[in-house]
Amino acid sequence: MGESVIELVGLTKQYDSLTAVNHLNLNIRKGEVFGLLGPNGAGKSTTILMMLGLTEPTSGTVRVCGIDPLKHPLEVKRKVGYMPDDIGFYENYSGLDNLLYTAGLNRIPVREAEERAMQLLERVGLRDVAHKKAGKYSRGMRQRLGLADVLIKDPEIIILDEPTLGIDPQGIREFLELIIQLSSKEGITVLLSSHHLHHVQQVCDRVGIFVEGKLLAEGDVSSLSAQLFPGEPYVIEAGAVPGSGTTGNWQAALADALQQLDGVSSVRYEEDKFRISCTHDLSAAISRFIVEKGYDLVHLNRKTYALDDIYQRYFEGGKAHA
Amino acid sequence: MRWMIFTSVILKEAKLMHKLTQYISAWDSMVQHIKDRLFPGSVNAVPSAFRVMVRKEVADQVRSWRFLVLLFLILLTCFGSLYTSITNLPEALKQNDAEKGFLFLKLFTVSDGTLPPFHVFIGFLGPLLGIAMGFDAVNSEQNRGTLSRIISQPIHRDYLINAKFVSALIVISVLFFSLGFMVMGLGLFIIGIPPSASEFLRIICFLCLSICYVAFWLNLSILFSIRFKQAATSALTAIAVWLFFTIFYQIIIKMVARVMLPDPAASPEEIMGYQSFFMNLMRLVPSQLFSDATVTLLMPSVRSLGPLTMEQVYGAIPSPLPLGQSLLLVWPQLTGLIAATIACFAGSYYLFMRREIRAR
Repeated sequence: MGESVIELVGLTKQYDSLTAVNHLNLNIRKGEVFGLLGPNGAGKSTTILMMLGLTEPTSGTVRVCGIDPLKHPLEVKRKVGYMPDDIGFYENYSGLDNLLYTAGLNRIPVREAEERAMQLLERVGLRDVAHKKAGKYSRGMRQRLGLADVLIKDPEIIILDEPTLGIDPQGIREFLELIIQLSSKEGITVLLSSHHLHHVQQVCDRVGIFVEGKLLAEGDVSSLSAQLFPGEPYVIEAGAVPGSGTTGNWQAALADALQQLDGVSSVRYEEDKFRISCTHDLSAAISRFIVEKGYDLVHLNRKTYALDDIYQRYFEGGKAHA
Repeated sequence: MRWMIFTSVILKEAKLMHKLTQYISAWDSMVQHIKDRLFPGSVNAVPSAFRVMVRKEVADQVRSWRFLVLLFLILLTCFGSLYTSITNLPEALKQNDAEKGFLFLKLFTVSDGTLPPFHVFIGFLGPLLGIAMGFDAVNSEQNRGTLSRIISQPIHRDYLINAKFVSALIVISVLFFSLGFMVMGLGLFIIGIPPSASEFLRIICFLCLSICYVAFWLNLSILFSIRFKQAATSALTAIAVWLFFTIFYQIIIKMVARVMLPDPAASPEEIMGYQSFFMNLMRLVPSQLFSDATVTLLMPSVRSLGPLTMEQVYGAIPSPLPLGQSLLLVWPQLTGLIAATIACFAGSYYLFMRREIRAR
C-alpha cells in the first residue's frame, strides 16, 4: 500500500485524572478505509480531535499528510473533512444553503459551489429536499447531508466519527455503500470510528481496536482473528444423529474417533454439536468420516471468526489487563 | 396648498435621489476600475472566509426575532423621547442658560421628567441590546452541533468570535446611526432649525460613543457565551452584571461613602481626596463612564466631571465649551470604555483559542 497519510506517534491525552489516550501509535495509509473500533469512552473521539487540532495532545506527535495540525491547522483542515458525531446544521437554513456556507468557508467560488452542492446532494440522495430547512431533516438525512458537507471541499482524507449512529438499517447500508464508493472510486482515505462492529467489518480494510485509550490490535479482520485464536483458525461445527443399533455413550465414542483424524486439534461436544478445531479446512473429510462411521450428518457449519468474537475477546482481555 | 408644496418637494427629492443613485453607480464603477487596475484578477475574487462568516452572521442577526423585538423597543423609545423633548423645548428655551446656541442638542437631552431623554434611554437600553446580541453567540453554535463542523473548516479559530463581534457591531452601528439621523431629521422637520456644524459633530461623537458602550456589553456577553454552556446562564449572568452595575453598585458606594464621610472640619485637601476617591470608584462602572461622556458631549456647558474648587470656578465665564475641549474632557471615559471592551475580548480569546471543541 502507499505512504501513510496519518501518523500518530506516542500520542497521549491526559484529562485531570483520566488518561483518555495512552501512547497511541498508529499509521493510516493512503486510500484505505480504517475503522477505529471501541466501546464508548475508549478515546476514539479524542484521538480524532487531536488529529484535527481541535484539542491539544498532552504529549506525542500527530502528522496528517506530513503536516502538524497544531502548528499549521489550516493546511490540515483544508485536506481533511471531518464529520463529528451528532452533526448539527443551521436549522433555519436549507440543506443547500448549509452546504454553500461551508463551500464559502473553503473559498469555493459561488457558481462552482452551487454546482458541486447539487451534485453532492444528488449523490447522497437529498436532491428533492435540497431547499427544505435543515431543521426539518431526519437524523439519517442529516447524516447524509453531513457526508455531502464533508465532501464539498474535495478532501483527501475524511474522518467520520460514529457515522452510523442513530440511522436505520437501510440508511446504514446506503451510507456504507457511499463510503465504499468514495474510497474505491476517488481514492479518498477514510477513517471512521464506531462501536458497531458489523458496520466496520463491512467497509473497513483495516481495523484498530481501541480500549481505554490503548490500541490493542490492528490489522484486517482475518489477520486479527489469526492473531487472536492461534492454533484454531478453523472451527467446524457438526451435528450428528446416531444410526440404528448404536448404544451407550455414542457422543464420546464419536468424539474420540474424530480426534484421531489428521489435522484435528481438539473436539468438544456441547449443545448437541461437535465443535471441532482443526489446523486447516477439514469439513469435507469430517462429513465423510461421520457418515462412514454409520451416523447421520444433520448439520455442518464452518465457522470463521467474525469481528464480534474478536471484539468480545479483546474487551475481556482489556478488562483483565485493567 | 401645503400638500402641493409637499408633493413638489417630494418630486424634487425623487429627482435628487435619481441623480444620487447615478453618482453612486458611477463612483462604484470607478472604484471597481481602480481595483481591477491595482489587483488584476480580483474581478472574480472569491470573498474571504471571514467575509462569508460576517455576512452570514449579519443576516442571522437581522432576521432573528430577537432583533426585531429590540428594534421595536428602541424605535418606541426613540419616538417617545423625541416627543417629550419637542413638547418641552419651548420651556427649555425660556430659561436663560449657557446653551442657548445649542438648541438642536436639546432634542437629545430635554425631558420633563415623565420620560427620560434620548441619551439616558440609550444608556439604559444599549446594554440590553448588546447582551441580547451576544449572549448565545458561541454556546448556541456548540449546542446546535455546528461549532465543531465550522471550526474544522479551513478557518482560523478566532474568525468565529471576530465574526460574531464584527457582525453585531455592524448591525448596532447601522441601527444607531440610522436612529440618530432619524431623530435629527424629524427634529429638523418639526422645529425647523438646522443644527450647526459643531452640534452635528457632537451628535456623531455621541453616536460613536454609544456604539462603543454597546460594544462593551456585547463583548462581555460574548465572553459569557464562551464561558457558559447554556445560553440562559450566560444571558442571566450578563443581565446580573448589568443590574449590579446600574443599581446595586451605586447603592453600595453611597453607603460606604456615608460611613467614611470626613469631619466637616477636615482640611479641604482631605475633602477633595475623599470626593475624588469615590468619584473614581464610581468610574469603574461602564455605565457611569458612558453617562459622564454623553452628558459632556451633549451639554456643552459641562466644564468638568470632577470636583471644582472655588478658585477654578472664580472668574470663569459660564459659556459652552468648544467641541475639541469637550472631547478632551471625555477622552479618559472613552479610553476606559474601549479598554474594558478590549479586556473582555482578550478574555474571550483566552478561553476560546485553546479550548477543546467537542461535538455538542
